[in-house]
Amino acid sequence: MATDGITSLVVNGATIEAVDRGKGRIILFLHPGIGIDPAAPVLAALAHGGRVIAPSHPGFGASQLPKGMTTVDDLAYFYLDMMEQLDLHDVLVVGVGLGGWIAAEIAIKDQSRLSHLVMANAIGIKVADRETRDIVDIWSLLFDEYNALAYFDPNVGKHDYKKLPAAESLAAARNREAYARFCWSPYMHSPKLKGRLHRIRIPTLMLWGTADRILSDKYGRAYCAAIPGARFEPIERAGHFPHIEQPEEFARQALAFAESNTASAARARRA
Amino acid sequence: MQVYQFTEQPYYPVWNDHGGSLRVILPNRKLDPKVAGDLFHRYYDEWMIADDLGYNIMVNEHHQTATCMASTVIVSLSVLARQTKKARILVLGYPIGHRPDPLRCAEELSTIDVVSRGRLDMGFIKGVPYEFPASNQNPVGVMDRFWEAHDFIIKAMTSHDENFNWEGEYFHYRQVNIWPRPVQQPHPPVWSTTGSSSQARVLGEKGYVIATLGSGYATRPLYDAYRQAYLAKWKKPAPADRFAYLGLVATAHDEAEARRRGELVAGYLRTSSIVHVPFRNPPGFQSVEDYARMLRGENPPRSFTKDGRGINMHHGSVQDLIDAGILFCGTPDQVYRQIVDFTEYCGGMGNLLMMGHAGFLTHEDTVSNLEIFAKEVMPRLKEYKQPVPAAA
Repeated sequence: MATDGITSLVVNGATIEAVDRGKGRIILFLHPGIGIDPAAPVLAALAHGGRVIAPSHPGFGASQLPKGMTTVDDLAYFYLDMMEQLDLHDVLVVGVGLGGWIAAEIAIKDQSRLSHLVMANAIGIKVADRETRDIVDIWSLLFDEYNALAYFDPNVGKHDYKKLPAAESLAAARNREAYARFCWSPYMHSPKLKGRLHRIRIPTLMLWGTADRILSDKYGRAYCAAIPGARFEPIERAGHFPHIEQPEEFARQALAFAESNTASAARARRA
Repeated sequence: MQVYQFTEQPYYPVWNDHGGSLRVILPNRKLDPKVAGDLFHRYYDEWMIADDLGYNIMVNEHHQTATCMASTVIVSLSVLARQTKKARILVLGYPIGHRPDPLRCAEELSTIDVVSRGRLDMGFIKGVPYEFPASNQNPVGVMDRFWEAHDFIIKAMTSHDENFNWEGEYFHYRQVNIWPRPVQQPHPPVWSTTGSSSQARVLGEKGYVIATLGSGYATRPLYDAYRQAYLAKWKKPAPADRFAYLGLVATAHDEAEARRRGELVAGYLRTSSIVHVPFRNPPGFQSVEDYARMLRGENPPRSFTKDGRGINMHHGSVQDLIDAGILFCGTPDQVYRQIVDFTEYCGGMGNLLMMGHAGFLTHEDTVSNLEIFAKEVMPRLKEYKQPVPAAA
């Protein structure tokens, strides 16, 4: 595996693509349901603080989908296997949206290779009653309606797909399908996850783009409150994807958190 | 050629008052249950007339829509199994990939087969894109689920001596032993619909009846894909009775009157696409390759005239629809000629799925349409000798 740029790696027989850039401590960046742009400024910003590994999840982008992989649980085990295969230690896991959900699923299963968890505008749990949606039904929305809810500046979400090269439009199509594969029903959550979050013992930061109208602030705070000792930090002028709308601030907060909580992380692992 | 009479049992009274979507999100308060009852009785009466006139019958289901009140095929099949006498009763189809319980599907269909005394044709379908919000079935991988449901239903219908067990990817059962078992052996005929060549080949290998809906002069490649796979598997050419085509039919002794009826029947096509845009193409319904092409703005027309002109079936004129083989419309002679022309183009097609009622066509017009076709077109289609297809 290269130490810079885009690479591919084989985990359990499946080839996945990943951005791998920077040096130092391992930062595993887990992208949201819309996928990851390898040139995303947030990856460069995070790489100032370590070696960023940002895979496209199985089935997303150009990553293969192993047969039988249908749940976020499967994705979490996939990344546990990946970390074991690469023998990664003291990993700072950073996950946005779906990536935040995967990060939580990883942490409740096995935290032995993790140092810190940074989640942002994460989906994955059920908070409200059965007739109240926690998460807007994004597959009932027009593109423009979605952008208006997902972004502080809806123009950020606009893409001229007609001008995309074939490979990029195929990646966009695979992202859309994979997002639904893992999140269609139960819609964007696991009914079991909330009751398991107490198992997370590593320092956890919940970043929250305050202009998110796919998820509510209340949802984010409830999610955060279910994780022992987790801290909630708003990011202004950002919506559902703060890593896209405020990449520098996002990276600054994530890296500062990992820096300042090193001692408590070590204590948590010993405990 | 066999002819099946089909209507979607529409709730047309709200077709001009839909607020942008006739499906999924149109509030059901707009439906008056008393009016719906009258319409259901009317549609069943028309199918009874069709039975007397020598038609077979086709039923279907859609969900949360004013285009089609039938939300469960089992109700229509149950009524018709008992009420009709001669017609074969085709369900096209049963969206088994959406149903939570294929054991229940097998029990229902076997019972229908027994009550109808062996007149059931079982059409299994993927379902249109707008069904997924209603069923909440994940559109991603729905065909895998479809085929497991299919395999289970066939196994349940053909296992007679000991209970069996099923621990699949999607469905789990113990002690399966359905009562009653179907009367047609080994099971009622299986039909399916498709618009893709790869799926046509799968159906050819299984020897099932392939039906296409509104594919007009884009039908032949699908049939040829079927024929190739059928020949390879069964070592003989696929007979014409393996092919079915759904076309709209409007006839009258006077051509102008036939065209007037054609305009009303075409209301089915004009309304079927009135759906809130996000429901038209849920993630995973299309292949990622096709979706990527759509993102890039490459949207080739689906329907063509005989001379290759692309037409939009939802907005085309009556003449466009006739030219595209989607609507058979005119005097009985004209309609007969159009159907034969189309059948020759197909290289043979043994089952006409005739939408003889749709939209605002009145009961009187519908009965007249059915009677004229039954007396003056159907006998000639029964006599008609199918073309021998060239080796595909």
